[in-house]
Amino acid sequence: MTDTAKRTSRPPRVLVTKIGLDGHDRGSRIVAAYLRDAGMEVIYTAPWQKIEAVVKLAVEEDVDVIGVSSLATDHLLLPDLMAALGAAGLGHVRVVAGGIIPDGDEAELLRAGVNRVFHPGSPREDIVATVSHLAAQARATCANG
Amino acid sequence: MSEQPVQLPLPGFESARAEWRQDYDGRIDRDGSLRNRSGIEIKPLYTCEDWAEERYMEDLGFPGQLPMTRGIYPSMHRGRTWTQRQLVGFGTPEDYNQRLKTILAAGGTAGSLIPCNSVYRGYDCDEVELPLLGTCGAVVNTVDDMDLCYRDIGIGELSTAVNDPLPFTLLALLLAVAKRRDVSWSRITGTSNQSDYISHFVANHMFFRIALPGSRRVLVDHVAFCQEHLPGWNPISVVGQHMQQGGATPAEAMALTLCTAIQYAEDCRTRGMDPDVFLPRFTFFFDISISFFEEIAKLRAGRRLWQRIVRERFGAKNPKAWRFKFHAQTSGVDLTRQQPLNNIARVAVQAVAGIFGGLQSLHTDAYDEVLSVPTEEAARIAIATQNILREEAHLTDVIDPLAGSYYLETLTNQMEQEIEATIARIDAAGGMFAAVEAGLPQDMIGKSARVFQEKVDSGQETIVGVNKYREAEEPTTAPRPLERPDQSAMEAHLARFRAFKAERSQAAVTAALDTLARAANAAPGTPGQNVYEKVVEAATAGATHGEICACLRRELGFGQPLVMP
Repeated sequence: MTDTAKRTSRPPRVLVTKIGLDGHDRGSRIVAAYLRDAGMEVIYTAPWQKIEAVVKLAVEEDVDVIGVSSLATDHLLLPDLMAALGAAGLGHVRVVAGGIIPDGDEAELLRAGVNRVFHPGSPREDIVATVSHLAAQARATCANG
Repeated sequence: MSEQPVQLPLPGFESARAEWRQDYDGRIDRDGSLRNRSGIEIKPLYTCEDWAEERYMEDLGFPGQLPMTRGIYPSMHRGRTWTQRQLVGFGTPEDYNQRLKTILAAGGTAGSLIPCNSVYRGYDCDEVELPLLGTCGAVVNTVDDMDLCYRDIGIGELSTAVNDPLPFTLLALLLAVAKRRDVSWSRITGTSNQSDYISHFVANHMFFRIALPGSRRVLVDHVAFCQEHLPGWNPISVVGQHMQQGGATPAEAMALTLCTAIQYAEDCRTRGMDPDVFLPRFTFFFDISISFFEEIAKLRAGRRLWQRIVRERFGAKNPKAWRFKFHAQTSGVDLTRQQPLNNIARVAVQAVAGIFGGLQSLHTDAYDEVLSVPTEEAARIAIATQNILREEAHLTDVIDPLAGSYYLETLTNQMEQEIEATIARIDAAGGMFAAVEAGLPQDMIGKSARVFQEKVDSGQETIVGVNKYREAEEPTTAPRPLERPDQSAMEAHLARFRAFKAERSQAAVTAALDTLARAANAAPGTPGQNVYEKVVEAATAGATHGEICACLRRELGFGQPLVMP
């Protein structure tokens, strides 16, 4: 099988992480379990990751999607993460965020390139379907690029 | 706590019950049993068959007397209502000072100092990303910062709970301010709210961590220091709230909290301290979910268990040691982003449960907590809710007013059994410290979080506006961005911080940090080598919060979280 074929036939690979200063991980643990139950390969990290560490892990693990959980204002670092991913040649990797992210900040995150923001009460099916769809997009982009 | 039905020679009881059962069965769509969050089956009706007056003295007794079920003081809320303790923290020390004054003016009687996440994580303001500074709490790193936080406020008059994880640098800075203002340490009253390092390892949070063995040692040093120097300070607050917010059921949260308290008490006793002296300074902090009766039963059962634990396991003879003093906070996890004003109703119900559970101090969540860091308007409503419950609804007129309810007394007994079963599991694992090292409680609460979420996903647990009664066109409040501290004020604060470091006596700071490092490496309990005493000396000498944390992180190791998705 070619690399491209391997990439498109494997299950989506998703990195679930927390950047910044906060550690509340109830949400990220549950979402990681949802995605794993849906057949995805989930790489789960401890909280408090540095942006450089997330980028390095995304390369090493060859992930399609990064999910960032934020409950205490760490979402403010997402534009920096997007820039760091771009600089590392990971423009194809899709990024979703979830947690306590004020409505008024959502547009700013989307402008910075975040693909989707989930809020408390987001249905499980929506999260799984969105991540799966974005993973397919990421693989297609990567294969074409 | 036997489940044997009481023999009741009540004329007509048997036939009336049979008739009711038949009528009930005919009207109810029986599709399985109901269970509360702790897994206890809830019947449709409770009577004197389930709980009867014969059990009164064994189960209840009188307020302020064993077994403490009805409250830890003879007069409870009738005599003195609870303390309104709202969390405050945002921006610079000046911002904190302003907000604290607003809270006090609105009727609050005590403040909790909530520091910025950078402080929680053991860093100074010049060590973290600027956009994160002050977004969740106040940036307090130096004795000057602490002085500003309490400008025009008498620190000897206020009960100042400090959200201060190990190594308790904020309290150290407060003591340094007291020295500067010539306020006797004996007048400093309050609580080290985040002293429970075990809970920080069980439920991942935002707190600085020293590796477990080092944390264990510093906490005992802190208790010893407070015993000697701060008669009005509670050095330990055992935090069930973290466990329950992290996913533990109410019974698990109570059990893990009691196990943690047992661990700390054993560690203090091992150091040679007297349980009758240190136990009266233990306090607790619980989450109150919206599972109304379950929460009341949890708190009553916990109070009853604690007096038994301290007497049986620690031989406590001092009646003050039997008191299960606790602060409670309404549960943020139950609040919804959808139809956010509904949260005001949720918070009120949670608060009532806590009040009927016999709390000593209460924080009511702002309804918009789930949207962002709370606004001042929402914070005012949260305080008003407490005032309404106390003064309009007259909830404090009668002590433990639900006692004797067939349902509540049965449930209290059942919750007690459930809690004891989890305590036995932790005991079997070698106690709480060993259990946390092995990841047992972490695994337990992760599983419970998952089970609860699945009930929400399947609609088995209703959440109004989320999985039921959704509104097609969601009338949300206007989209609001995160309130961000004034960047120029924050930059000015950074400049002030750098000036503080440049102007202090560098030699004194270096000497104090060296002394601290030596104490950290001395055997625990070595005379003259109390780590916390050295923290206070370092803070007084001008060492910053981040420098003290860095020193202990280096000497005692960083506490990595156990990764358990």
